[in-house]
Amino acid sequence: MKEYRTISKVQGPLVFVEKTEPVGYSELVNIVQSDGQIKRGQVLDTSDEIVVVQVFESTAGIGRDSGVRFLGETIKMPVGKDMLGRILSGGGKPKDGGPEIVPEERLEITGAAINPYARASPDEFIQTGISTIDATNTLVRGQKLPIFSGSGLPHNEIALQIARQAKVPGSDEQFAVVFAAMGITKEEENQFMADFERTGALEHAVVFLNLADDPAVERIITPRLALTTAEYLAFELDYHVLVILTDMTNYCEALRQIGAAREEVPGRRGYPGYMYTDLASLYERAGIIKGKKGSVTQFSILTMPGDDITHPIPDLSGYITEGQIVVSRELHRKGIYPPINVMPSLSRLMNLGIGEGMTREDHKKVSDQMYAGYAEGVDLRGLVAIVGKDALSERDRLFLEFADLFEDKFVRQGHDEDRSIEDSLDLGWELLATLPEDQLTRIDREMIHKYHPKYRKKE
Amino acid sequence: MEVKGKSKGILKRISGPVVTAVDLDAHMYDVVKVGDEQLMGEVIKIDGDDTIIQVYEATDGIRPGEPVENTGMSLAVELGPGLLTSIYDGIQRPLEVLMEKMGSFIERGVSAPGLDHAKKWEFKPLKKKGDEAGPGAIIGEVQETNIVTRIMVPPNFRGGKIKDIKKGEFTVDDVVCTLDSGEEVTMMQKWPVRVPRPVFEKKNPDIPLITGQRILDGLFPVAKGGTAAIPGPFGSGKTVTQQALAKWSDAEIVVYIGCGERGNEMTEVLTEFPELEDPKSGKPLMERTILIANTSNMPVAAREASVYTGITIAEYFRDMGYDVSLMADSTSRWAEAMREISSRLEEMPGEEGYPAYLSARLSEFYERAGRVETLDRGFGSITVIGAVSPPGGDFSEPVTQNTLRIVKCFWALDAKLSQRRHFPAINWLNSYSLYLDSLSSYYDENVSPEWNPLRVWAMGVLQKESELQEIVQLVGSDALPDEEQVTIEVARLLREVFLQQNAFDPVDTFCSMEKQFDIMKAIRKYADLGYDAQKSGAPIAAIVDVKAKNELVQIKFIADYKSELDKILKQMDTEFAKVKEA
Repeated sequence: MKEYRTISKVQGPLVFVEKTEPVGYSELVNIVQSDGQIKRGQVLDTSDEIVVVQVFESTAGIGRDSGVRFLGETIKMPVGKDMLGRILSGGGKPKDGGPEIVPEERLEITGAAINPYARASPDEFIQTGISTIDATNTLVRGQKLPIFSGSGLPHNEIALQIARQAKVPGSDEQFAVVFAAMGITKEEENQFMADFERTGALEHAVVFLNLADDPAVERIITPRLALTTAEYLAFELDYHVLVILTDMTNYCEALRQIGAAREEVPGRRGYPGYMYTDLASLYERAGIIKGKKGSVTQFSILTMPGDDITHPIPDLSGYITEGQIVVSRELHRKGIYPPINVMPSLSRLMNLGIGEGMTREDHKKVSDQMYAGYAEGVDLRGLVAIVGKDALSERDRLFLEFADLFEDKFVRQGHDEDRSIEDSLDLGWELLATLPEDQLTRIDREMIHKYHPKYRKKE
Repeated sequence: MEVKGKSKGILKRISGPVVTAVDLDAHMYDVVKVGDEQLMGEVIKIDGDDTIIQVYEATDGIRPGEPVENTGMSLAVELGPGLLTSIYDGIQRPLEVLMEKMGSFIERGVSAPGLDHAKKWEFKPLKKKGDEAGPGAIIGEVQETNIVTRIMVPPNFRGGKIKDIKKGEFTVDDVVCTLDSGEEVTMMQKWPVRVPRPVFEKKNPDIPLITGQRILDGLFPVAKGGTAAIPGPFGSGKTVTQQALAKWSDAEIVVYIGCGERGNEMTEVLTEFPELEDPKSGKPLMERTILIANTSNMPVAAREASVYTGITIAEYFRDMGYDVSLMADSTSRWAEAMREISSRLEEMPGEEGYPAYLSARLSEFYERAGRVETLDRGFGSITVIGAVSPPGGDFSEPVTQNTLRIVKCFWALDAKLSQRRHFPAINWLNSYSLYLDSLSSYYDENVSPEWNPLRVWAMGVLQKESELQEIVQLVGSDALPDEEQVTIEVARLLREVFLQQNAFDPVDTFCSMEKQFDIMKAIRKYADLGYDAQKSGAPIAAIVDVKAKNELVQIKFIADYKSELDKILKQMDTEFAKVKEA
């Protein structure tokens, strides 16, 4: 293989190489340093005169005397069944002291788009055991539902609880977890690994770790390696795969870093204009395909800078993902776990997976009614702060109390408390029963007569 | 269209979806085949010896030195029988055919014609030998689904007298009619997507598009041939609203463009539409629908083209004399595709990195809507409803602002409303429709002369409520005068009974104009009785406690609501009589 020694410029993670033979776009590159160390990169721009290479590791040590080898193929991921139970680096190298992965196949990590026509509609309810998700923001198989959180909030605990408890009631199909960490701290890593080991989850997990002190540019490929692995497990080996990506904010920072190094015209807040398309190429790799048994469900975690949901990272993510679970600092301060604020949270695919035959016929209406009641109660808190509780009418006072009850009984639950969907819905009815019956405008009379505790007791 | 001569060149540079070729004879927007794999692309810039091309497929692995071939044609769609019920990507490749050819994932380098060229269709001539057939004239028809595809002389033909016209089963490539000008008409025509199809004359839209959505039909109607924008932050219900419009609006043909949106959403449409019935014809909704799905992870250049592909197909059906409605979800993704390509071209950016021609492109697109007299002297229309996804829900951003300058209907989605599950989450104070005046006579004649005044009254109450709410926030509702407390109660009814609509309830998802009118009248009745009772000194608590008004909500979920409504109205009379006595 030809080795070029024509590096003309090194800038941040980018290396510019001159006078090469024709090099393919996106091709994989090895850069050989004078000390013999080999670094990996990828072609970002190619022409007769100059080739721009993005290096996935630190460019420290690369100079005019480094050699450049173009490998003639795009980045591929070796995948195989023995990946389960393995811990790999953010670049896909074994990190657990074990042997290299024995590849059964080598797959392109960019991953082609699923033909929308080939997709099957996701409609299988996943029970996470968390009321605020199951009853009011239901997750279904094949969905991509991120957690929008902030620094210092217990999003990791929530993700772990979901990974532990998630199941499709009444099914015992084989499942796997693919966990990709991008720029998380060693401490966070320990937290995840300890929990995986405690619950035995590691046996059916593949872990990719890019830690805070690993090269930032490597974060660009970590989620792609993870998703390629997930697709292989799901669509070749029939696993139901839950992919956890954390933290997407670090991924986007890496994207911005490369954009800046390439001197691109920046979009909002310095993030590249193509960030939407780039994020979509990750998030859209979730789903179910007609005629295949497995599925890829995505649970990504991102911390909103400054708790600002309009920041480009949560904003663009929210436009691509099928809803979001928003973790609230206010609820966290009140000591409520899991501090999920249902109001800005949403599951877009909820309606496909709930109702008669899937969860329960009253599910949708109970959920809507709780939202409406909670929203009204929260509004009234503002009023109470000004005029005091005594100035409220009887009706308003009940709504105010409902909001408090909702947070205390419905939102709050234990770290290991695994509520069934029936329990969550019944709990909802119990709380709704504190409101006057004629205020339950979102529920039709038939349902009220069937499920309202007042009528149920009579049976 | 016409072939300007083929030519071959060589690739010089590849940078993502934008590539540069040298030694290529090309014109702007010519379609070219790039590289050994013959990926489809389009010329977007000519600079000295360089030809810059946007490629509709991923360019990974393509090297400088590979060949580029110019087809000499601009990006065109195939128009003819077989369009209905189809689902295409952004450049009119049928996704079903792509799946057969390459499996569940979209690989590259596969071309697939928009129409099935092998299938035979029953052609029924409507003209005979010797008849005059000018450009755009309808000469025959094909019964496709329950909808008839009318076969026209292509608008770019000279036209003339019919020399020969056939009857029977033909493929789309077979000549079905010859003209004395020597031109041969097939059932298929090709039309370049970036060129609007000609019409005889544009007309003013004066018939409403009935959508079955109370807040739209009732307060902010759009006309057939009009334009509307739905901007809103994520999770505020743009897609649900767009889909409700695609399902229930009384257009004859629906073109739905999923432009840079979610794959699972398109699947939802694909699984749901064939099962839903058109309330008018009773046939599956899919039979009148054409879907264009270029999801967010499909190539960005094809996303840019998808909007043009969609509107050209819409124009084709309009030219047959149909009322077409076109949903573009979302135009922001389309604008972002323009931005992405523009930045690869290293063009001088305008506002927020969008190209300076953003405004021109948006207005050109929306201007292709309209109610027209066709070349065949029939009438057809295209209603364009574009979703806008403003970053952070901030309506001051360039795409929203440039769209608002063009469209006549503005349906502002509001995250606050959606968070409390008030759906459709359309803010009634910020939204507007400029069609109210031109449509008012339609309502007088087809709904009721009472309808227009009722709407004005309802808007007044809602406006008044928002002012009162500011006071209530400060001092509580009990501090308001009795009369205004009645207003607050009436406004609550308007919001909860009239404006809120459950798109997932089988009955409430579509509400006829008659039912809308009846519901509105019932609320008005409560208001009249309420103010009357209040004036005669009845205590406000008793007026608010009238049970009958709370029953009105249930009317929404009942298909045959008339008898139930009568019961409630009678109960209301009795209750108020008691209130006044006390």
